[in-house]
Amino acid sequence: MIRSARTGGGALLLAAVLLVAIADAQTNNSGEQSPAKSVYAELAKVPAKAAGRHNPLEGDSEAVAAGAKLFEQHCAECHGAKADGGKKGPSLRAEEVQQATPGTLFWLLTNGVVRKGMPVWSRLPEPQRWQLVSYIKSLGSSQAPPKQ
Amino acid sequence: MALLALGGLPAQAQESPYFVTYDHYLEEPGSLEVEYFSNLATQRGGRSFDAYWIELEYGATAWWTTELYLDGQSTFGDSTIFTGFRLENRFRLLKSEHFINPVLYIEYEQISEADKIMKEIEGHDVEADHAVPNAILRQGHNHELELKLLLSSTRNGWNFALNPLATKPLTGGDPWEFGYAMGVSHPLALKASAKRCSFCRENFVAGVEMYGGLGDRPSFGLWQTSHYLAPVVAWNLPSSWTLRLSPGFGLNDRSHQFLLRWGVSREFSGFGSKVASWFGGQR
Repeated sequence: MIRSARTGGGALLLAAVLLVAIADAQTNNSGEQSPAKSVYAELAKVPAKAAGRHNPLEGDSEAVAAGAKLFEQHCAECHGAKADGGKKGPSLRAEEVQQATPGTLFWLLTNGVVRKGMPVWSRLPEPQRWQLVSYIKSLGSSQAPPKQ
Repeated sequence: MALLALGGLPAQAQESPYFVTYDHYLEEPGSLEVEYFSNLATQRGGRSFDAYWIELEYGATAWWTTELYLDGQSTFGDSTIFTGFRLENRFRLLKSEHFINPVLYIEYEQISEADKIMKEIEGHDVEADHAVPNAILRQGHNHELELKLLLSSTRNGWNFALNPLATKPLTGGDPWEFGYAMGVSHPLALKASAKRCSFCRENFVAGVEMYGGLGDRPSFGLWQTSHYLAPVVAWNLPSSWTLRLSPGFGLNDRSHQFLLRWGVSREFSGFGSKVASWFGGQR
C-alpha cells in the first residue's frame, strides 16, 4: 500500500512538473515566435549550396495552386491565412522572404527553425515542399494578392 | 464535444502509418492530436481480446512532444477493464535535418499485467502472457520507465525508422528488458494535387513495420521472444482526420498468430493558443 501510494505520488509529481514545463515552454515560444525582424535573420544562415538550388517546378502553374492548398493545410495556422503573418509565424510576404532564393526557402522548410518554434517539414515529400516554395514566391511583397 | 470546439484553421494531418514504430517527426507546436487505437488479437490457449487506448498528443515546442495514454481492454467471454496510463515525452536532439535523425523517447507507465495494447513488445513478452484471466492479471501492477532512441531518415519520400528500446521496472528487482521496432513507409504520390480532395493518392501512406522483444539483461537475444510483421496504411483526410489500419502477423509460435490494429485520430491545430486565450494569455 505504501509503495502504491509512493508511486502514485511520484506520477502526480511527474505530471505536475510536465505541466509547469509545458507552460514555461509555451511562454518562451510566444516570445521567440513573435513576428520580428530577427526572425528573417534565419534566411541568411542557409548554406550557400542549398540556397543555390533551383526549383524544379518553377513556371508550373499547377505547382502554385497545389502549394496554395498545402499552405492552407500546413502553414496558415502560424503564418496567417494570407501569409501576412500570424500568431506565431512571420509574414511570408516580407521583402526578406520574397527576395530569398527558392533554395533558401526550401532548405528552411526542410529543416525548420526548431529552437524558434518552426517545425521541420521534411515529412512532406520533396515535390510538395517545392510546390510550397512556388506558392510562397508567387505571393509577392507586402499586401499584393497571390498570383494564381 | 468540448474538443470539437477547439478546431482552428483546417490543418490536414500528415501522419505516419506506423502503430508501434516512431519516426522523428513531432507534433506541430501548439497542436493537440486526439487518437483512438484498437488492437484486436487472436489468442491460442485462451480468449481473444480487443485492447484499446486513447492518446492525447500535444506539441509543446517544435522539439518536444508530450503524450498521455489511457489503456483498456475487453477479453471476450471474460471482462472489460481499465488497465492503466502512460506519460510519454519525445525530444528532438538535433536542430536541423540530418541523414539520420535521433529523437529521445522517455515514458513512464503505470499499468496492470492485464494491459494488452502491445504498443511495444519487450523482453520475453509472449502470447501465453495474455491467456490468463483478467481477474488474475489485473492484480499485478507495473511501474516502468521506458527509454527509446528513435532513429529515422526520410529520402525521396521513403521513411526508414528504427527504434531500439529498453524498459526498467521501477518496483521490484526485475532486470532491464529490451526490444525493437522498425518500419519503412512511402506516400502513394509525392506531388500534391491542386484540388482539395479526400481520395487523392498523396493522402495515403503505406508501409510495413516489424517489432519484437530482445530478452532481458540476463538473457539478451531472441530466446523466448515474440515478433511481428505488419503492413500499415494511413489515410490523411483534408478535414484533419487520419485513419490507420494494420493487419499484423506473428513470426514465431510464441507470437499471437494475428493482430488487427486500427486507429482514428483528429488534429486540433492552434489548441495551445486557444486554451491560452481562455485564460487571458496572448499567443
